[in-house]
Amino acid sequence: MSMMANNLGTSAIGARTDENTPEKISVRDLSFFYGETKALKNISLPLYERTVTAFIGPSGCGKSTLLRCLNRMYELYPKQHAEGEVLLDNVNILNPKQDLNLLRAKVGMVFQKPTPFPMTIYDNIAFGVKLYENLPRAEMNERVESSLRRAALWDEVKDKLNTSGLGLSGGQQQRLCIARTIAVRPEVILFDEPCSALDPISTSKIEELIDELKDHYTIAIVTHNMQQAARVSEFTAFMYLGELIEYDRTEKIFTTPSVKKTEEYVTGRFG
Amino acid sequence: MATDVRNMTLYRRRAVRNRVYMGLSVAAAAIGLGWLAIILGTLLIKGLAGINLAVFTEMTPPPQAAGGLANAIVGSLIMTGLAVAIGTPIGTLAGTYMAEYGRYDKLTPVIRFINDILLSAPSIVIGLFIYEVLVTRMGHFSGLAGAVALAVIVLPVVVRTTEDMLLLVPNTLREAAAALGTPTWHIVMKVGYRAARAGIITGVLLAVARVTGETAPLLFTALNNQFWSTNLNAPMPSLPVVIFQFALSPYENWRELAWTGALLITFAVLSLSILARVLSSKSGGER
Repeated sequence: MSMMANNLGTSAIGARTDENTPEKISVRDLSFFYGETKALKNISLPLYERTVTAFIGPSGCGKSTLLRCLNRMYELYPKQHAEGEVLLDNVNILNPKQDLNLLRAKVGMVFQKPTPFPMTIYDNIAFGVKLYENLPRAEMNERVESSLRRAALWDEVKDKLNTSGLGLSGGQQQRLCIARTIAVRPEVILFDEPCSALDPISTSKIEELIDELKDHYTIAIVTHNMQQAARVSEFTAFMYLGELIEYDRTEKIFTTPSVKKTEEYVTGRFG
Repeated sequence: MATDVRNMTLYRRRAVRNRVYMGLSVAAAAIGLGWLAIILGTLLIKGLAGINLAVFTEMTPPPQAAGGLANAIVGSLIMTGLAVAIGTPIGTLAGTYMAEYGRYDKLTPVIRFINDILLSAPSIVIGLFIYEVLVTRMGHFSGLAGAVALAVIVLPVVVRTTEDMLLLVPNTLREAAAALGTPTWHIVMKVGYRAARAGIITGVLLAVARVTGETAPLLFTALNNQFWSTNLNAPMPSLPVVIFQFALSPYENWRELAWTGALLITFAVLSLSILARVLSSKSGGER
């Protein structure tokens, strides 16, 4: 069964999902405001469990903003607020009573630029784990190793776990950040243009990684690179000027989109 | 052959002007550095002559007698140390509030403005203030009052550098920590302070350097003491005040000790500044 899932996952885009795949996150009538400016306009879409959903669209269309609503990252800044509902396992996370730290432990995020903390590679991974779990040394070592392995970084860093994470290359730093994110055992991982600061080889490594990670996590990825969206995702949402123009299976978006605007964008006629 | 359309008169005029400004800049730099060299040279010549073991072991002498600066050195160390111990925690916490918790609060710019005023307040005013608040109430001069006066000078420096250094920590790092579900205080402790540590320590060192040479606030608070005294509830000697008193005296041996004291202070401040410089350049490389 698991072998089958793996095969299908890599061979046929979207084939793993059917009508029975549960919605991990349901965005419902979501609007977002920067002060008075409405940056997201009544967005509704699902994020299916253990699938990759890509958000594409020209700069400023609100795709990153949408992503930042899913873990309420915007709360760090003043005068930003969201309206509507974002259901995570049927619980509205926009509820003011929602504990932000617990939410973010469940919904991890990887950023555009690699952001290793100014500490050792080991501590970078252990940092988040220590917040919620009191692991004995041996188990922590295991967790660090398994996270680094899963992020395809273990072989490159296993001999220098006690050196600074800042000494790694950009691509390695980004994989360190991914390892750090999965070490806290999230259920959803948000990628905000994770490859835009990386070279092609690092980029393809991260893409392979995302493909493997979707067996365990629900993934949302914002990208400017349409080939990337086509390669890694099963569903794609095309956004423009704060509106969701089209949401469908990735294949359909890139071959027979229903909306003219989408077709123009994916064929490179604007954006 | 193509005609050269460049206007050589314009070019030459600019070249001349360049030379004039260059000359002026070099002269200005030379004057600035020259004074520093003269001051340091004089200090070395006049101060080094008086340096011996007695300076560090014997008390300040009566006129026309042999002695040292031991009590003044220790008094300075005690009051500076206490001032840092009082000013640093308050200063770092206030700076942390401004950079981390209240960054977007309306209160923060107000605090920053007031802090900047305190930063540039004449130290004699601070001395008078502590005189009113502490010395008159206690009924006598004391080392404690001196330390508090110095702490008031340390405080704004530390507030400012802590805030500045924490603001330099990129927001992406905070977001990355928050994205793991890290509570704010933990982000500040483990990410903010860690990234800004060298800068904050530099600020404290600079504050120490600043108060090491302060005389005015001590005149009104700790006063002076000719004898060995580590009692914070009694007048306490300090290098700057001893220098002030001795340098203006008609006695040759006092004036010589004043030069030696001045050399010691300058040396201490210089080393602190260099240390701060080294630390801050290191912090740049860390990021």
